[in-house]
Amino acid sequence: MEDKLIIGGQELESRLFIGTGKFSSHEIIPKVIAASGSQVITMALRRVNFSNEQDNVLNYIDKKCILLPNTSGARNAEEAVRIARIAREAGCGHWVKIEVISDNKYLLPDNYETIRATEILAKEGFVVLPYMSPDLMAAKRLEEAGAAAVMPLGAPIGTNRGLMTRELLRILIAEIKVPIIVDAGIGRPSQAAEAMEMGAAAVLVNTAIATAQDPVQTARAFSLAVQAGRMAFLSGPGAVQEYAVASSPLTGFLHK
Amino acid sequence: MSFADKLLKYQEFPFASYLAGVTGADIERTLTKEALVERDFLNLLSEQAVPYLERMAQKAHQLTVQHFGRVILLYTPLYLANYCVNQCAYCGFKVTNRITRKKLTLEEVEKEARAIAQTGLRHILILTGESRQHTPVSYIEECVRILKNYFDSISIEIYPLTEEEYGQLVAAGVDGLTLYQEVYDPVTYDAIHLAGPKKDYRFRLDAPERACRARMRAVNIGALLGLQDWRKEAFFTGLHAAYLQDKYLDTEISVSLPRLRPHVGNFAPCSVVSDRDLVQILLALRLFLPRAGITISTRERAEFRDNLLPLGVTKMSAGSCTSVGGHLEEATEGQFDIADQRSVREMHDMLVSRGYQPLYKDWHHL
Repeated sequence: MEDKLIIGGQELESRLFIGTGKFSSHEIIPKVIAASGSQVITMALRRVNFSNEQDNVLNYIDKKCILLPNTSGARNAEEAVRIARIAREAGCGHWVKIEVISDNKYLLPDNYETIRATEILAKEGFVVLPYMSPDLMAAKRLEEAGAAAVMPLGAPIGTNRGLMTRELLRILIAEIKVPIIVDAGIGRPSQAAEAMEMGAAAVLVNTAIATAQDPVQTARAFSLAVQAGRMAFLSGPGAVQEYAVASSPLTGFLHK
Repeated sequence: MSFADKLLKYQEFPFASYLAGVTGADIERTLTKEALVERDFLNLLSEQAVPYLERMAQKAHQLTVQHFGRVILLYTPLYLANYCVNQCAYCGFKVTNRITRKKLTLEEVEKEARAIAQTGLRHILILTGESRQHTPVSYIEECVRILKNYFDSISIEIYPLTEEEYGQLVAAGVDGLTLYQEVYDPVTYDAIHLAGPKKDYRFRLDAPERACRARMRAVNIGALLGLQDWRKEAFFTGLHAAYLQDKYLDTEISVSLPRLRPHVGNFAPCSVVSDRDLVQILLALRLFLPRAGITISTRERAEFRDNLLPLGVTKMSAGSCTSVGGHLEEATEGQFDIADQRSVREMHDMLVSRGYQPLYKDWHHL
């Protein structure tokens, strides 16, 4: 069965997006990208060192990948818009992940400012992927504002707590027409698989891979988990019952 | 409300008897908690926590990697001037010290900037002594305009300013403030700040908050360890950071742990802070404030800094020099002696060899 993910006019085979932060070195990034099979790679523009060839993370990302610069560090819509424009001018393409965080303690996104930034950037032709707290009305407004996908959090950034927002994600997946990419909080491949089984279009994983004992192996595990989760979603799981249902019923003879 | 009100609540607190009464069971309980309250933090600063340092270290390491990754931001200080009107008993720049006084011309600032930028650093911390006459805000603003051409992030470590002045520097391109209270105990503060505007304890105490209100992106605070009982001073530093973090959600709050270093003059520390004490402070701070930045400067010797690396540190200075014009040929006496003389390249190699990524850029002024 054909199963395509199309974002911003681009067809993607991999439904695992990965990040480039928190690694012990840039050198490991190409190996992680290869093991993950990921085609969309996010990086914080605040950390891209354009003036230093060796220290420039862009040099470690396969040219075939789609760059997804994020606006990490932005505290309001205006800052996010400026960061996005800098990224585009610097040659990072026209995809952008909006991150507007004005809470340095929990790093929770500011949905209101995120919607404002999305409106501006979508009009300017960016493929906008906003990171958000999973709220139905905010997600609808992001969709109306021109978001190419919405990226609700599973749990606060870097916590590896998994799908703590499960019920809200379920509602977003059911109600929002653009792809839902579960971002932040996914700590284990099994959690990524669960998000995909629920019907998420993709997941974005960074901390869980970057801080693993073996990031390359972990990237591969996530890749397989995302594929398995997607296959499970497409194949449709059996119904959940409250009581046991015997697979060899005792009254089956009545129907013969 | 200001942090001063919070400090007042602890004015009558019986620190000595509380700390003496902390038990091993208290530490065990604290270590199993996910979020620590003020008393937990104090427990971890007690003598009874010493046998638990390794467990604290394991937890601090895990929290730091989770929140920050294996990444250390590198920066360097640039001394613009050493004119000072204060008489701080412990400082090499105090007005009564007979040292060569100098203020960099704008041409010299540019030369220094070029020399530092060649090392690859993109974050810089500019410092002056406290002399509004020699180094007014307008001079700092002019320097910032030059430095913006060479660096992505500019922080200041200068005399405390009004909120409007902080706003002025933010508009000019400053995104970070470092300001040490030196000592939180007001009696000691008064005793060792003999003369000059720095005698105004409250103006200094409220300065980080004024910077937060002026939309400074990052604020770094600390106590100069050695001026008073370190347990209390570390406790108040943590409380101050937590207060700022809770009230100014969009400002990145960091703490530094500067220990008194030899300098021109012969001030003897009132409280000796051993290596083990410093480690305990670092670990307690990390467990109390998992998301705060923690800076370890070149005041500490190389080998010790290397060992502190996995315990919660997120920022380190490199290629440091505490004299005016230090990156050029003609330099003045430094504010204090630095203990880690390694170049940026050497720091880079050390970090890589220990499995850390040296980070040169973590902000991009907008």
